[in-house]
Amino acid sequence: MNVASGIIFQVLQSVLVVLIAPLMLGWVNQCRAWLQNKSGAGIWQPYKVLNKLFHKDAVLAHDASALFRATPYILFGCMWLAVGIVPVLATDLPFAPAADVIALVGLFALARVFIALAGMDVGTSFGTLGARREMMIGFLAEPAMLMALFTASLISHSTSLPTIVETLGQREFVIYPSMAFAAIAFLMVLLAENARIPIDNPATHLELTMIHEAMILEYSARHLALIEWASSLKLTAYITIGIAMFLPWGIAHAGDWIGLPIALGVLVVKLALAGAGLALLETVSAKMRIFRAPEFLGTAFLLATLGMLTHFLLET
Amino acid sequence: MPSLPLTSQLINLCAALLLLLAFAMLTQRRILSLINLFALQGFVLVLSTLVVAYSTRQTELYVSALITLALKVLFLPWVLHRLIRALNVRWDVETLINIPATMLIGIVLVIFAFNLATPISQIAGTITKSTLGIATASILLAFLMMITRRKAVSQVIGFLAMENGLFFAATSATYGMPMVVELGIALDVLVGTLVFGVFFFHIRETFESLDIHHLEKLKER
Amino acid sequence: MDFWSLQPIEAAVTLSVIWIGLGVLGLAFARTPRAIVDLLFPAGAAVALALALTGLWAMSAPASTAILPAGLPDLPFHVRLDPLSGFFLLLLGGVSFGISLFSSGYFRVHAQGLGLLCVQYHVFLASMAFVLIADDAYLFMVTWESMALSSYFLVTTEHHSEQNRKAGFIYLLIAHLGAISILLSFGVLHGGHGDYTFDALRQAELNGFWATIAFLLAFFGFGAKAGMLPLHAWLPEAHPAAPSPVSALMSGVMLKTAIYGMIRVIYDLIGDIHWEWGLTVLLFGAATSLFGVLFALMQHDLKRLLAYHSVENIGIILIGIGLSMVFIGSGHPVAGVLGLIAGLYHTLNHAVFKALLFLGAGAILNSTGLRNLNEMGGLIRYMPHTAFYFLVGALAISALPPLNGFVSEWLTFQASLQAPLLESSVVRSIVPIVAAVLALSGALTGMCFVKVYGVAFLGQHRHQLAERPRDASGWERAGMLWLALGCLALGLLPVLMIGQLNSVSQALIHASLSNEAMASGWLWLVPTSSQQASYSPVVFLLVIAAVFGLTYLVVRQIYHGRLRRSDPWDCGFPEQTPRMEDTADGFGQPIRHIFAPIFQIHREIPRPDDPAPVFRQEVEDRHWQWMYLPIARFADFLSGHFGKLQQGRISVYLLYSFVTLIALLVFVQ
Repeated sequence: MNVASGIIFQVLQSVLVVLIAPLMLGWVNQCRAWLQNKSGAGIWQPYKVLNKLFHKDAVLAHDASALFRATPYILFGCMWLAVGIVPVLATDLPFAPAADVIALVGLFALARVFIALAGMDVGTSFGTLGARREMMIGFLAEPAMLMALFTASLISHSTSLPTIVETLGQREFVIYPSMAFAAIAFLMVLLAENARIPIDNPATHLELTMIHEAMILEYSARHLALIEWASSLKLTAYITIGIAMFLPWGIAHAGDWIGLPIALGVLVVKLALAGAGLALLETVSAKMRIFRAPEFLGTAFLLATLGMLTHFLLET
Repeated sequence: MPSLPLTSQLINLCAALLLLLAFAMLTQRRILSLINLFALQGFVLVLSTLVVAYSTRQTELYVSALITLALKVLFLPWVLHRLIRALNVRWDVETLINIPATMLIGIVLVIFAFNLATPISQIAGTITKSTLGIATASILLAFLMMITRRKAVSQVIGFLAMENGLFFAATSATYGMPMVVELGIALDVLVGTLVFGVFFFHIRETFESLDIHHLEKLKER
Repeated sequence: MDFWSLQPIEAAVTLSVIWIGLGVLGLAFARTPRAIVDLLFPAGAAVALALALTGLWAMSAPASTAILPAGLPDLPFHVRLDPLSGFFLLLLGGVSFGISLFSSGYFRVHAQGLGLLCVQYHVFLASMAFVLIADDAYLFMVTWESMALSSYFLVTTEHHSEQNRKAGFIYLLIAHLGAISILLSFGVLHGGHGDYTFDALRQAELNGFWATIAFLLAFFGFGAKAGMLPLHAWLPEAHPAAPSPVSALMSGVMLKTAIYGMIRVIYDLIGDIHWEWGLTVLLFGAATSLFGVLFALMQHDLKRLLAYHSVENIGIILIGIGLSMVFIGSGHPVAGVLGLIAGLYHTLNHAVFKALLFLGAGAILNSTGLRNLNEMGGLIRYMPHTAFYFLVGALAISALPPLNGFVSEWLTFQASLQAPLLESSVVRSIVPIVAAVLALSGALTGMCFVKVYGVAFLGQHRHQLAERPRDASGWERAGMLWLALGCLALGLLPVLMIGQLNSVSQALIHASLSNEAMASGWLWLVPTSSQQASYSPVVFLLVIAAVFGLTYLVVRQIYHGRLRRSDPWDCGFPEQTPRMEDTADGFGQPIRHIFAPIFQIHREIPRPDDPAPVFRQEVEDRHWQWMYLPIARFADFLSGHFGKLQQGRISVYLLYSFVTLIALLVFVQ
């Protein structure tokens, strides 16, 4: 692809994904409602919520600092960047080489640090509670994800996500046991980082059970809207990274314009299935006690490390 | 790196699943789930035996797989389920000693087992280093599981898991044992389980609990 | 000597001597402290900047040597400036520029003893510079000693406090133990012939056993100075005791001279690296980094916390160097170069962001007199500039893109992913575990700095302050700004520095990164090949900034930007006090819960009916119990027995002299 059309395509891809991310969240919630025999609020509900929030007046605490006000925008920017560079539809976009798996983990860590700091900004107990718990989850989730991604990088001899996708998608079908370990670890980290059951209940109203919600308790209006949007972007980003690594078939390869609509169709199907699977997982599990969460993530971390080890021992 | 034939890949996959199940048993608290994991491990063994049987065209391995299915996937778990129901420990949840440390020791054991397997696989021709290494590793992990447990039932399951690892080593590394040896081992394991079952009732009668801590009271001083 | 034929080495020596001169002038101006802070410290800063430029120059120039007209008649001082020394001089000069600027503002409040402080400070800087350019063992040991001594005096500046005196003592003790080990290492390298210049040490051929002995002595000797496990005990005591700019200098620069020494001895003087040595360095590095960060999470004293983080980062540097040694020892020089560059880059990064953090802590100490995190809070409202610079430092040390800490961790991970090249399956299995430990300590660092920043700067103030704190002064801000810009520049434009580091490794081990690596331009950081890994910090920053700006404008355009202020959410409980926020110890509670066996914690929890409840928690390092105290008791025991020689009676002492005389006469015969 020449540079101009590549850049146009890159911008289009990121705008498209940013616009569909709330739809993904709506789909997951709707599936969960169906599984629980309720009629649900419809898959367009998150858009209505965002619209409502943007219309409201923002209310800030007296002592909220500039950091507090800037964080929603920074968060949104980080997540936009993440979904913009993950190879969702095609693998050779101009900014694709920036999609290094370690850099992506670092990007998510940056977002996590800022939201935790914002949680501590106002100085109430809830914010600091949420920040402390979020960092407790994060300090194990981040290495676990890194190790799971390393397993994929070792197989494809690259940490660049487009190269991983091309290598794994184009190779003949080989069973990699280490990827099985890595996939389970990645799934566990996805549940933890996106505040899903069994780590955190995204629909809870009880402050003492909150992790993610407690940090954003003080936000309102457009700030809250941006943070909610960023959360749905994060979920979409994680799911697309998971799809790119563990189910890479169907992504358009370099210079393949005809493959793009097919890639779009395949992507929609994969996202729908992933959302339904997530809803199923959430429905059959129960939320864990907060101090079981480090054990859960510790298991994910050790599984991911075991996956890397299995790669070295079994596959080379 | 040229990819291995499909059968070797399937055996590798079964080996990895075996290792995963060994680690899962190491960190599982509920006795009920432990028995289910053991049954699952038996099932993975059956699959790997079938793959080896198919690829080496040895018909006695099909028989071996059938025996394993009958014994390890159906009969023994059924016996254990009945046992825990009779002993009233069905819903027991056990406190484990420090899961992360146990898993770390497990990882060290895996590396150790692989180093052990390397020179052996260089001598013999048919043995693949990876499967022998994983078999040794799962034996060691099952042993570790026996050490870190406090309830007698989980220790027995550890003993049975050790035998699983041995069986895997036998089928995938040496492509089967002589049928006599295999039947002998199977009988030993069966009798052993029955004897354990009888002992559990005695232990519980004497100490009112299946916590093996109480056995320490049998010391001289 | 005309200006154009100036060799880098001559410039370096001249600048270091000027530093000593400035120090001596400080003694002369002891009665007029304003002159010292207005003239001498800024002049020192200017010299530092010139030294940094000299170092940069030397990194791409061929090595230059000189013989100084000082030293003993038969053993003159040799000095040499090659690319490796040039890199470390750049580090020394660049970081001490910022620190000296800060000191001009910081020391204004300390009117007494400023003359002494000035001379100690500048002699410290000059000795570090001479350590980096020393070309023979004699000059190296002399300047190493003077570095230790001058920093000892700086550490015990506030000698009224017994804690500081004890800290100084343990610092000096371990520094000397390290120095003895280094001296012995030079002795082994010497091999019994020739003189002690580094050239001669390079030529000396050692068989495997003696080379390993030399390596071990050098590793532990320099490791003691670097704060490596288990010889780290002095770091958390000495760095908090010193005045903040000195802590910054010690943590930022002095520890790096130890890394320089290690690299110089192992890569240059010994030369023939065994992969087993690399494995040792790797394992010690991994243990040190995890240990450092876990203990840092339990601290509530800001400077002690930063000192433990220095321990952690030295561990990370050692991981990079260890990986490099393993690869070089197994015959993969290109991967080894990657590891070395990762380690050296992290050295520079740590110097910059750790100095920035210590300076921030110093600014807080100067404004509020507080060092205990549990007493701070809400400082972002009173000290916005300091808060901003500290945020940059905190993000940098947590290895977050697009700042510099992330680049060196990224490079270290890339080096560890080269592990499939190795043949030995044991080492190949250990490298992923080390990578996992590195990832874990990186994530824990992020948690720790959320704690530090959140507790110190954000939220409400926890204790009543006597007066409203003022922000840092102009000089202090200038120093912190310089270091913050350094963090940003090193993070956004890593390719420039990596190009320079490539020439350093070329000069040192005659291997460099592949050509494809250097061909991708300034935008993309590509250490091996663009297929394998590429990272673009500029793209990250631009996209995030663009989205930030666009979203701000678009939302205001489509909807509105109205805002009003109100009270925070109190869950229906109206009596909110600042004491209800998390303290630093509270934030560390999950870590204490999860990693309990590693710490030795003494807690005093009040009874529920106590009318004046006090909660006390102390976290002790088990190394004191396992290693230091037993050795101290043993030394005590030995010296007790030796003490018996001191009989007290003159006739016995005369007997000693008599016996020695007879023995000598017999010997001469």
